[in-house]
Amino acid sequence: MNPFNYNGGVCVAMKGKNCVAIASDHRLGAGRLTVSTDFPKVFEMGPALFIGLPGLTTDSLTVVNKLKFRVNLYELRENRKIRPHTFKAMVESMLYERRFGPYYVASVIAGLDPETDEPFVTAMDVLGAGEVNEPFAVAGTAEESLLGLCEALWEPDLAPEDLFETLSQVILNAVDFDCLGGAGATIHVIEKDKVTTRTIKTRMD
Amino acid sequence: MALSKVCGLDESWESYNFEAPAPEVSGMKLNQPRLSLDEFAVGLSMPSVDVNQKVVQALLEDESDVQVEHQKVANPRALFLHGTTTLSFKFQGGVMVAVDSRASSGQQISSQTVNKVIPISKYLLGTMAGGAADCTYWMRVLNRQCRMFELRNRERITVSAASKLLSNMLYGYKGYGISIGSMIAGYDKRGPGLYVIDNDGLRVAGNCFSIGSGSPYAFGVLDTEYRYDLTDKEAYELARRAIYHATMRDPYSGGNVSVYHIKETGWVKIETQDVSDLFYKDRGL
Repeated sequence: MNPFNYNGGVCVAMKGKNCVAIASDHRLGAGRLTVSTDFPKVFEMGPALFIGLPGLTTDSLTVVNKLKFRVNLYELRENRKIRPHTFKAMVESMLYERRFGPYYVASVIAGLDPETDEPFVTAMDVLGAGEVNEPFAVAGTAEESLLGLCEALWEPDLAPEDLFETLSQVILNAVDFDCLGGAGATIHVIEKDKVTTRTIKTRMD
Repeated sequence: MALSKVCGLDESWESYNFEAPAPEVSGMKLNQPRLSLDEFAVGLSMPSVDVNQKVVQALLEDESDVQVEHQKVANPRALFLHGTTTLSFKFQGGVMVAVDSRASSGQQISSQTVNKVIPISKYLLGTMAGGAADCTYWMRVLNRQCRMFELRNRERITVSAASKLLSNMLYGYKGYGISIGSMIAGYDKRGPGLYVIDNDGLRVAGNCFSIGSGSPYAFGVLDTEYRYDLTDKEAYELARRAIYHATMRDPYSGGNVSVYHIKETGWVKIETQDVSDLFYKDRGL
């Protein structure tokens, strides 16, 4: 079986005005069995920096641990918080180290720059090829639906509450047509000095 | 001939040359078309076996295109009900039939509101699992066969005979890639009847069946709670719960649960419920 479809799950991130939001679903499967419906795939990397890792769950957890280690080391050495751009470069190079035996995870990064408070989102593939110039980033089993919904629903300068609403609709509607995603979703809205985390209900079948 | 008029065939059909070489249709060589009125599947064109097997294989393996003798054949992306949960059991009050309503192609959900129970007559129901088109087509053929039986014999067809008709028809197409997993349930002069049919020609009678990707989960509930002397109410609840739990665990099943009850007087649809509503009601949310 395709390692990307074994556990299932999606992540999506979006830029707003002076804020960003990142979301993931809650389903964890093992092939044709739903094992858990309480498994978000977004992980905290700093006060205003999150990474979503849909894909093969065993690799997601390894990658998170390795990244957290590198981020801690970086922040001790530099004596400052890591910037989203720098973090992106770190993830990229870490994934490319495994060019010939990759971790089966896609990554979605969302954060605010600790110095400029500039919103940042990006997504990259298994080998760390990323795109930075889009206002939204998607990954996971309902990738195509997510991208289509983002294109349709996103608009510039969304306020935090509107960004939450938009991103909720995007993930909810994408996941309702995806067999391997769903079972609820968690959404983090990141503002300056504040992160709001909410859980939304979706269909559970 | 009255029947040929009803069927919309013109008078000259009797002079049709059945021995004539098969026509060429879009590059596929066709075997002899089945045009005899006694044949059940009127005009089903048969592709040559080698082309067919490769297309079917690709379809099942979900490949995008197939290479057949230096010629590309597009993969017909059929709507498959491979992900499905259907169940049926006999009990003191007759036969219960319950199904989910999700149709998926690959991991994409194509519909959450498919009707997987097909009425064959007032006393007979068939369930759908496998290829959506295959199921609807062959159930319709069976429907016609059963009606013809009734008109010819002035008597209702038995569940046993009806299921054997379908089973025999499918056996004739064995190896051609038809995909059907069905339960034929009904009530006849012998009492309640229940048979499982599949595209390999399998046909078995029994008291309690489930078919589809969600069937292991449905059986889990069914086998622990099933008794022959279930009251009507208990039977409805069991059928609904078995499908509901299957849809929760099986990613390829979902949508609504539909429950049917077949009694001596014919079948009745008991209810259709959204499984997501059942879930949140279960938890008091």
